[in-house]
Amino acid sequence: MSLPEPFETISVYARDFWILFGPGGKLHPAYFLEHKGHLLVEGLLLAVILYLFLQNTFKPRASNEEPLTDKEIDTLCKEWQPEPLVPTIKSEDLPVERVVTSVDGLYAVVDGKRVLNLASANFLGLGGTADMKEVATGTVAKYGVGSCGPRGFYGTIDVHLELEKQIAEFMECPQCTIFAYDIATVASVIPACGNRKDIMIADEGCSYPIQQGLTLSRAAVHFFKHNDMQDLERVLREVEAKEKAEKKPLCRKLIVVEGIYANTGDIAKLDEIFAIKEKYKYRLLVEETYSFGVLGPHGRGACEHYGLKAGQVEVICASMSACLGSIGGFVVGETDVVEHQRLAGSGYVFSASLPPFLATSAQHALQQLRSQAKALLPRLHGNCAALRSQIRKIPGLLVAHDGCENSPVIHVHISRAGSKVIAEAGPHAQALVKQIGDVLFQKYNILSAVPLYSCLDRIRPLPSLRLLVPATLNEKEIGVILTSIKGASKEILG
Amino acid sequence: MSVGHDPANPPFLATLGTLLLLTTVYVLGKLRELFSSSGRKKSRQGYAPIREKEEDFYDRRVFSRIKDCWNRPIASAPGAWIDVLERDAKQFNSNFHRSLQFTGSVKRCLNLGSYNYLGFAAADEYCTPRVQSTLKDLGVSMCSSRSDSGTTSLHLDLEREVATFVGKPEAVVFGMGYVTNSAVIPVLAGKGCLLISDALNHASIVVGARASGAKVKVFRHNDAEHLEDVLRASISQGQPRTHRPWKKIIIIVEGIYSMEGESCCLKEIVEVKKKYKAYLYLDEAHSIGALGKTGRGCCEHWGVDPADVDIMMGTFTKSFGSCGGYIAGSPELINYLRRHGPAHLYAASISPAAAQQILSAIKLINGEDGSTRGIDKVKQLHDNANYFRCRLLQMGLHVLGDWNSPVMPIMIYHSGKLPIFSRLCLANNVATVVVGFPATSVLLVRARVCISASHSREDLEYALEVIKDAADKCLLRYRGPKEAAEQVKLLLSSAAVHSSEADAKVTVDVTGKKRAAETDDGFYLFEEKVKESPQKNGKVMNGVVTQKNGKVMNGVVTQKNGKSHKKGHFIPSGAL
Repeated sequence: MSLPEPFETISVYARDFWILFGPGGKLHPAYFLEHKGHLLVEGLLLAVILYLFLQNTFKPRASNEEPLTDKEIDTLCKEWQPEPLVPTIKSEDLPVERVVTSVDGLYAVVDGKRVLNLASANFLGLGGTADMKEVATGTVAKYGVGSCGPRGFYGTIDVHLELEKQIAEFMECPQCTIFAYDIATVASVIPACGNRKDIMIADEGCSYPIQQGLTLSRAAVHFFKHNDMQDLERVLREVEAKEKAEKKPLCRKLIVVEGIYANTGDIAKLDEIFAIKEKYKYRLLVEETYSFGVLGPHGRGACEHYGLKAGQVEVICASMSACLGSIGGFVVGETDVVEHQRLAGSGYVFSASLPPFLATSAQHALQQLRSQAKALLPRLHGNCAALRSQIRKIPGLLVAHDGCENSPVIHVHISRAGSKVIAEAGPHAQALVKQIGDVLFQKYNILSAVPLYSCLDRIRPLPSLRLLVPATLNEKEIGVILTSIKGASKEILG
Repeated sequence: MSVGHDPANPPFLATLGTLLLLTTVYVLGKLRELFSSSGRKKSRQGYAPIREKEEDFYDRRVFSRIKDCWNRPIASAPGAWIDVLERDAKQFNSNFHRSLQFTGSVKRCLNLGSYNYLGFAAADEYCTPRVQSTLKDLGVSMCSSRSDSGTTSLHLDLEREVATFVGKPEAVVFGMGYVTNSAVIPVLAGKGCLLISDALNHASIVVGARASGAKVKVFRHNDAEHLEDVLRASISQGQPRTHRPWKKIIIIVEGIYSMEGESCCLKEIVEVKKKYKAYLYLDEAHSIGALGKTGRGCCEHWGVDPADVDIMMGTFTKSFGSCGGYIAGSPELINYLRRHGPAHLYAASISPAAAQQILSAIKLINGEDGSTRGIDKVKQLHDNANYFRCRLLQMGLHVLGDWNSPVMPIMIYHSGKLPIFSRLCLANNVATVVVGFPATSVLLVRARVCISASHSREDLEYALEVIKDAADKCLLRYRGPKEAAEQVKLLLSSAAVHSSEADAKVTVDVTGKKRAAETDDGFYLFEEKVKESPQKNGKVMNGVVTQKNGKVMNGVVTQKNGKSHKKGHFIPSGAL
């Protein structure tokens, strides 16, 4: 039997090798060393030793400095002077906290007088109703006030589960996770959606909780110009090119926008964003704090406004302290992502759960929203459009963002130079809007807000007077608001 | 001061057991993973799964088997007894997404899980009517941030009251405890600042520190000496790479560590902080209301002047039975937080009803209702906590934590015993919390008991019986009787240290036979064994005697005919 040719050759070589190196072979270590081979090895070793001997002494590069002595450290510690814990704030820079003593629907008693409240996000008037108060009172009697524990440790109460079920049903998706506070919601959800290896793209007009979430995720964060779809595409193209060049493995990618931007009041162009995100295979997170209960035929928010469903848009976060008239936040969307929050959402896992009476109150408001959306939403949209278009006509004032007529968050900027395009920035404009707000309150009994921004914000939005428009305003009240703003701006701007 | 063993040194057998168990679970899980991908969700083409691979594996193959031990829903107020909704455990398999099904029945359980330290979780005759009337006046929520239109007179009252309560000039309150840390720390520290954080600080502090952009260094848990080392090294070296001096250094510690039950060694830390001109941030989430003779927290407990703590933080979720948190400090600090704190500018203001609950609870503790009900709650809490801790130590369990602290972790060490302990307790109608990986390290898993002032002695006795039974079945008694007795002694001596620092006095025992140190809690600490009892043919053999209304309530053991008769609640003789 003969082997195939290649094997035969190999076996010949192997035999030759064995004859040479095997026991008894000429190059077998034992034979080699015994027959003067040791001289060769010893000679080599000697050569190495000589070589090393003749080399310069090896000195590890000594650090230039001796370590500090204890005495020196003592001196340094003594000399060190810290900055004060916080800079002193001038009293005129402090936010003016007007004190509310009672609330009655649209009106509230503030600083001792009855005013029209345009600073509360209770857009549909679902919060603060007698029914809701009754529901809350009953819950307090049964469950107490606080939940005294995180969700994991006996802080999950049946009313939480019921609320989650109802929100999920309302948003037409299988899962919902609730959080105990509005600004903790999105700031926990974002870090759960990515880490160092991942990519996040966000609108630069996003509010602070989103910015904090992005920081906490430690992902590579890129910002695009506010509501500028071309810039979004540019950023995505750049990121994609970079990814290709670096041959990065598949990672989680997220685009973060707000439904209605808290800091500017305009609506994200979700139809375009959705198309772009599908193209580049990103997940989309929409923060719907101001748009939930406001936009869309059923009040499901900005996504519904553009015909998108929760699930198609992977993550939708919203606060319950706006339209639902309670406190807390929730996240709905793709089942995986929402379920994942229960293990990875830091604000969910490590915080006490939502007080039960806030859960039942939100649930009550949600039921009202379901039954009354058809009646309330057109009124709300009408009020928003009327106020926006009318305030635009007032000289010296500017309401930016055409095409966002349905947004109940109206930021009124100052624009005196005759230009209707550029809003004024800077401390002077800030002082002016503050004065207008003061006059509105003092003289015209209208409570509006002049938003202040934290030093932590990435971008300081333009100074503005912010009006939150409720659906329950009637025509007469709208007229009053308009004449008041006219009067106040005339008084201040001349 | 920490009492107990060195928790970083778990028993050898438990460690070995855990490692074997986890290896088996891991290997089997990986093998099964080869054949079936049960529960693993495919994400859309081109999208990375939302959960990382190992995380997902852990959830499906390990956590899903024991997930009935957590997230147990309840259907009642989180008071001393709770209604736990029963879930079907038969559906268990590795399919993570198949959730536990409710059976529809309810189990009445003794609650050892909630942070209901002073018993304000359930309806209270003083607080609840006030909360309900606030609801009628102001509603559920202001739907606005504090700086816009979310401030009511109640919020201002609360801030004043909190400031006075903790002994600081001013305070500001927020709607969530977690946010109080996670949104305030970034305002206080930024680039060029250094945060020195205790190794076991809560996640909200870690989140806040990470969001701040400041450099974060960690010192060994509750080790003031190591803190000093870190401070010396940091100040002398300055910022990394540039060696510029730090702008400011903030030390962050907690009053009671929620997973350890230990109180921070505040005196030593304050000394170090003063010496090196650092600022001190004290998180009193668990200690406010729970520590100190009048519930004023860690400072009162250790006899530290609140002026020495720059930033006092705390939450209302625990002792006050509400929600939210506060920061108390100098007027400059509070003004700065009002101007720049995101939780003040952007977040909804705390619900007026929740604010009223806190306000009423504080008033009750201050005795403003004209009774001593509030202060009695604090006393009762300490009484309950000390008694329970002594008894647990006595059983030979590894229990961490300090005198007066209502949080007591029972070290289980073995991950396999963790769910068994939890299920055994639940089966006997005691709801306990167990904490495993990743919340603790794999080898230091534990059960945690939170004692409340609303627990009666009968409740505690019942719980002790159940825990004893479960501990026997799980082989948790890692200490022999001798060692256990030593631990009890150590705990008692730590209490003596405490009371000598507070206004304790040395008195003569009622029996007139021996000297005992009386703490401010009405405890007598015997320094030596009592040989003879006043009773005929009896022998008092106990160590801890609680005195109430001038009557010895606890711990009399009489021996009759060679048989010992126990009377009341006591620490058996073996302890001392």
